[in-house]
This record gives sequence, C-alpha cells and structure tokens, in this order.
Amino acid sequence: MNTAVTQEHSATSIGHANGGFSLGQYAICLKGIVWREGLRFIHQRERFISALVRPLVWLFIFAAGFRQVLGVSIIPPYQTYVLYAEYITPGLIAMIQLFNGMQSSLSMVYDREMGNMRTLLVSPFPRWYLLCSKLVAGTAVSILQVYAFLLIARFWDVGPPPVGYLLVLPALVLSGLMLGGLGMLISSVVKQLENFAGVMNFVIFPMFFASSALYPLWQVRESSPFLYYVCQANPFTHAVELIRFALYSQVNWVSLVVLCGCTALFVLGAIFAYDPSRGFMARRGEAGGGR
Amino acid sequence: MTTPMLSIEGVSHSYGRRPALDNVTFAVAPATFSVLLGLNGAGKSTLFALITRLYGTQHGRIRILDFDVAQFSGEALRILGVVFQSRTLDLDLTIMQNLMYHAALHGMRKRDAEIRAGELLTRIALSDRVDDRVRNLSGGQMRRVEIARALLHRPRLLVLDEPTVGLDVTSRADILHHVRHLVAEDGIAVLWATHLIDEIESRDHIFVLHQGQLLAQGLASSVVDECGATSVRDAFIQLTRSEDLIGGPG
Repeated sequence: MNTAVTQEHSATSIGHANGGFSLGQYAICLKGIVWREGLRFIHQRERFISALVRPLVWLFIFAAGFRQVLGVSIIPPYQTYVLYAEYITPGLIAMIQLFNGMQSSLSMVYDREMGNMRTLLVSPFPRWYLLCSKLVAGTAVSILQVYAFLLIARFWDVGPPPVGYLLVLPALVLSGLMLGGLGMLISSVVKQLENFAGVMNFVIFPMFFASSALYPLWQVRESSPFLYYVCQANPFTHAVELIRFALYSQVNWVSLVVLCGCTALFVLGAIFAYDPSRGFMARRGEAGGGR
Repeated sequence: MTTPMLSIEGVSHSYGRRPALDNVTFAVAPATFSVLLGLNGAGKSTLFALITRLYGTQHGRIRILDFDVAQFSGEALRILGVVFQSRTLDLDLTIMQNLMYHAALHGMRKRDAEIRAGELLTRIALSDRVDDRVRNLSGGQMRRVEIARALLHRPRLLVLDEPTVGLDVTSRADILHHVRHLVAEDGIAVLWATHLIDEIESRDHIFVLHQGQLLAQGLASSVVDECGATSVRDAFIQLTRSEDLIGGPG
C-alpha cells in the first residue's frame, strides 16, 4: 500500500469529518444546486418554450376572445377599468409558477425513479437544507420564465407600471416557494411517474380555475357563493392576488399572510415526507431501489 | 484493535409487514475489499439504503468509522462514497458538470474540485472527454465516471451496489480491477455488493446475505473450508440451497 497517500488521505478525511460545514460550504452547496437546475432548464429548451407559449396563448387568444364578454369593474388594486388582458396577466404569471412547481415535482419523481435523486439525498448536508436549496433553485427558474413572459407581453402593451416589474419580485419569490413547496410535497406522495396525469387533473386545473386568475371573485360569488368560498380557500388565489397588488405597488396583506402560512406548511410537509426515518418513501421502500 | 470502517450491528428492517433484513451484523475493516454476496432480493439494496441514510434505521445500529449514521449522518456521509445499482448520473450534463455538481453537494470549492476531478478522470482514462455529455458514454464508461464521482470528496469507505450489472465482460473486469487497485493503493475500504460469484477472490472478505439473513462471513477461503466445499459457488449453494448465482467458480 502507498502509505504516504493513505496518511495524507486519512488526515484530510478525518480533519474534514470533525468540523461542521462552514457558511461558505453551505453557499457552495446552494449555488451548485441552483446551477444544476439552471443547466437542466437550458438543456430542456422545449420546457422553456412551452412554459412561455402556454401563458402567451391565454393572453393573446383567450383574452382577446373574451375581452368583450368578461367586463371587469374597478376593483383594487386597479384605479380604473382595465382591459381583460391586463386583468389576467397576474393570473398567468402565477400559472407559470404553478406549472413550474409541478414540473419540478414531476422531475423529482422522475429523478427518484431513475436514481438521480439519490445523488442529492446522500449529500452530507442536512436534508432540509438540500430540499430548501432545490426549492430555491426551482423558484429562480420560474422567475426567469415570468420575466421572459412579461417582456414579451410588454411588446403588446400589456404590463404593469415600470416600477411594478421590480416590486413584484418579492411576491414572485414567495409564490414560487409556495407552489414549489406544494410540488415537492406532491412528489413525495406520488409513487410513479404514470400517476402524474392525476396531478394535472386534481391539482393544477382545479387550482387554476377555482381562483381569481381568470375572473374577479365578485363575479364568482354572484353565480355560486359556495365556489366563491372554495376560491377564497385556494392558496393559488392568494398567490395571484399578491402578485396583482405587487405589480401595482400595493400589498394585499391577507394574501401575504396566507401565502406565508401555506409556504411554511408545504415546505415543512415536504421535509417531513422526505425524512428518512419518518417519511412516506421509507415506509414504501422506494429510494433504495429494490431490495 | 482497529476501528472498523463500517459496522452493521443487529440491523433489521421491514417494509410494513414484509421483512427485508433480519438482525444482520458484520464489520468492514479499513483498506479491505469486502463482498456482500446475495441473490436479487436478498436485502443488499435495503442495506445500502440504510448505510447511505436513504432510509432511517428501524432496529440496530450502523456506524461509519465512529459516526452513528442515525445520529451523525452528516459526518458519516462525508467519509462515504456511494455507487448505486441504477445509474445516477445526469445524462444531459457533461462528465465535468456531473462531477462539479457532486463536489458542490459536498461543499468542495470549485478549484479544488476541478483539480481532484482531473486526477480521477486521468486515472479512469476519460480525461479527454470531460466536456462530453454523459448520454454519449458507454455503460462501462458511465460506471467509471460514477466511481470517480464517488471518490471526488476523498471518502474512506466506498460502497458499490452491483456496479457491474449489465456490463460486458471487459468492462466488468476493468471496473473490478480499478476498485481493487483503490484498496491496494489508496487504502480505501470497499463494500462491493454482487450476485456475480466470479468477482470474488479467495482473499476477499465475504458476507453471504440470503432472504435478509446473514448466513456466513469471513475470508472467502475460510467460508469455503467451513462449508467443506470446493469453491465459493459450492459453499453458497450449500448455505442457501440455491443455484441461481451467475458466474464461474470462485
């Protein structure tokens, strides 16, 4: 045996093992996870294009078609009547983040089935930190998509006042974390990739349509008080409203509180679900891959 | 007495009512090549998931060096390198990008990681392909990259779960030779899980796992002698009453 190599090797390893990670090393880990998520996003050009095409179709076709049908009265945060395209823009922004959250969730199930997820989970950093880093990475990607969408929409004269582009950022971070946390929680309970169609039917569509994304809630209340309360209880509604108000330099405090609460709930739920000793996967016997 | 690199102490695990491991106890000494031998379904992957903390330990204790995996998982995982049975490389990233991602997950600085990755890729003769996407590599090359990745953070214990499954004879031999070389040259302890009996040499430590139970352990030659058999294959058949192992006489 090469003794010198072994001794140097042992010293390095033991020295490494005795201390905790420094803040710098935590930052390296976070940066690495965000970097990898960004690279994956760049490599999957179809994902980027579809993430943009979806809301743009809604904005330029659906909004144009329903412009005369769905009149929008003056409701906060708007100071005057707004075009329907203007009204649904915050909803479409939240839709981008909703789909991105579910896409991340889908990719976590895929990674778990294919084995890539294990690379992350066997890192010596605390698991909660790894999951939160992955969440941050997914949120960063969703914000890039949102700004690309807003840029294109601007060419059609659809968009908030200039300062709104900046002020909406904290709202995007919070809604991205909330929807990403939901996606992460769902990924822990979805057993196989094939079951993901159910997520589309039972999570994405109900969340999107039972919200204020496409129509003001006062209109919903007039047609169905029950549906109105469902929409009010839907966290996606509050993501839309937080974004809507932020775009016009205002804060919707109720939505802010609901979003903070839901983000904490979903993220803690996901951390619990991925806990090796208590989580769902340990009970089902998945992550190890066979016996 | 030398502290074992890996101690498995009375470990049992079940999925609901389905038992996967039953009171398994063994230890892997430093700088040794140890083989966890068992058929598919013996409990090898479950044991790997417990060692790597993918699952929490239900009963018993697992220690890597002095670190209890349940209590000090961070410290334990820092000195552990893992190669899983299924491919865990990101196919859309290049070899170097995969290695840098792993380095970040161990808190390694980029410069240090690049130097270390360069050394390891040279050793596995892939230094000229650092910018190739993993998707374009052969199965054997992917495995070598996975081994290089597992060694990036300088672990003292390397665990490999059926690393040669699905590879051709030459690639299998290359990988086995490479890992044995790591034990001899770098003093790394290796736990190699397999059901391929021809990968075992008489001087290897073997642990025979069958239906979640450890049936025998010790030097391969000793296990053969204790069973009164003529080969590892015969000893395995005697112990398990199964002839399902693949590979020639050991």
